[in-house]
Amino acid sequence: MRLINIKPGPALAAFLTLLPFALAFVAYAIGSEIRLAENPSDKLLPAPGTVGDTMLRLTTEGDRRTGRILFWHDTWASLQRLGLGIGISATLGLIFGLLIGLLPLVRSALAQFVAVLSMIPPLALLPILFIVFGLGELSKVVLIVVGTLPFIIRDLSQRTLEIPQELLVKAQTLGASSWVIATRVALPQVMPRLIQAVRLSLGPAWLFLIAAEAIASDLGLGYRIFLVRRYLAMDVILTYVIWITVLAFAMDWLLRWASRRFYPWAEDGL
Amino acid sequence: MSYVTVSDVFQTYDGRPILERVSVDVDEGEFIAIVGASGCGKSTFLRLLLAQERPTRGTVSIAGAPPATEPGLDRGIVFQRYSVFPHMTVRDNIVAGESLRSTWGRFFGEKSRAARTRADETLARIGLDHVADNYPATLSGGMQQRLAIGQALAAKPRVLLLDEPFGALDPGTRLSMHDFLQDLRAETGMTVFMVTHDLEEAFKLGDRVLVFDKPRWDPHDPARYGATITYDFDARDGGIPFQNLKENTHVLQAH
Repeated sequence: MRLINIKPGPALAAFLTLLPFALAFVAYAIGSEIRLAENPSDKLLPAPGTVGDTMLRLTTEGDRRTGRILFWHDTWASLQRLGLGIGISATLGLIFGLLIGLLPLVRSALAQFVAVLSMIPPLALLPILFIVFGLGELSKVVLIVVGTLPFIIRDLSQRTLEIPQELLVKAQTLGASSWVIATRVALPQVMPRLIQAVRLSLGPAWLFLIAAEAIASDLGLGYRIFLVRRYLAMDVILTYVIWITVLAFAMDWLLRWASRRFYPWAEDGL
Repeated sequence: MSYVTVSDVFQTYDGRPILERVSVDVDEGEFIAIVGASGCGKSTFLRLLLAQERPTRGTVSIAGAPPATEPGLDRGIVFQRYSVFPHMTVRDNIVAGESLRSTWGRFFGEKSRAARTRADETLARIGLDHVADNYPATLSGGMQQRLAIGQALAAKPRVLLLDEPFGALDPGTRLSMHDFLQDLRAETGMTVFMVTHDLEEAFKLGDRVLVFDKPRWDPHDPARYGATITYDFDARDGGIPFQNLKENTHVLQAH
């Protein structure tokens, strides 16, 4: 039997899914064990148990000076920035994507401009953003928007252009105005694609968020990681990294669920 | 006075003639079948009727109105594919036939309920009432085309244009679609233009069959000349419109 025709059963599939996670954990545990055996006060690879204790301490105990549990404040601050940035990007991306995709006049005016803009490395703009928007929340949100907006606009305008011409002509023969075609025909058809684009943008968005927080901030997940780096507090860093991964994965899962829940017709394909 | 008047239409793409000197007059309520080889401008002619494109020369006018510059409510269209909105349920697709022309593209309150009731009546007539809440992607090809025709008719166009509507259907479904279309036509008396590859279908459904072909052919440059209507058959009664008188023989016929 050919290799491409061998499919795992449900049990084997579940085992294979969990296998790399287990292997990664075991590899880490062994590495940590070896280093700690040599030097019990080694900080590079803390034992899984130590990381677990740190996790518990970070999520339940307040800061000694203020009594606030910084972990949750960091999370809230970062999620706010991320949500605001991605939300603004998605909204603007949807509007401009539809305009560029539907209206030849706007396409002629903006398509090339957006294509050029999307080539600017957003992190190179970070100093400008700090100078123009200050070191507060605004510059961080703007960095996320600058980093993700061009991609979303380009993706959505392309998806809008891919709507079969037949559907647009059909809508016109039913008397639809440009406005109605945009809101009743094009908008619902690109909404699942918008969710898709946002899912793909989440990775870059986290990258820009953490970069901005690392450079200038006093709260946030990225800020904390770069702060405790000075003390080689690997257990704290690992806790935050795991938490960021969990958050990112949860967001991705939520968006996928929303796409299936609200746009069931898109999953079937046509 | 003819209902649809096509006078001396030329259509050229990038200097290449596709159609030349196409003139035809169609009366209200006629069923026009359009046949011809691939690349002979049948679909171009339909797009001109639809006003999706404007002719390089000549005019297309419906019911004496000035030539249209873009597709509108007076022309309904059913394509071979992508004719219904995939993001609307079957019922909403029929409602869209009436509601898309409004400012917001949808009905609210009492108007919406009335439109849904009308849509359900339409669905019952075209035999799709049992799938009213499904999305079109779950329907078979024949059902999707029935829905597309029902949707186009819900907008009450003056002229219905069909671009190979049954081209992707299996022979059995195609036959039942013929019956469906003939019933609808008997009911509405609509003027219909249908492009088809199937001669039998053209003569079965059409009152007239227009044949598009290139009367001039340059073997060194096949794209040199455009196509035009080379035959205009009277296709009533299976293509023999006048030989329908039966001799009365006064002889007892066995049953």
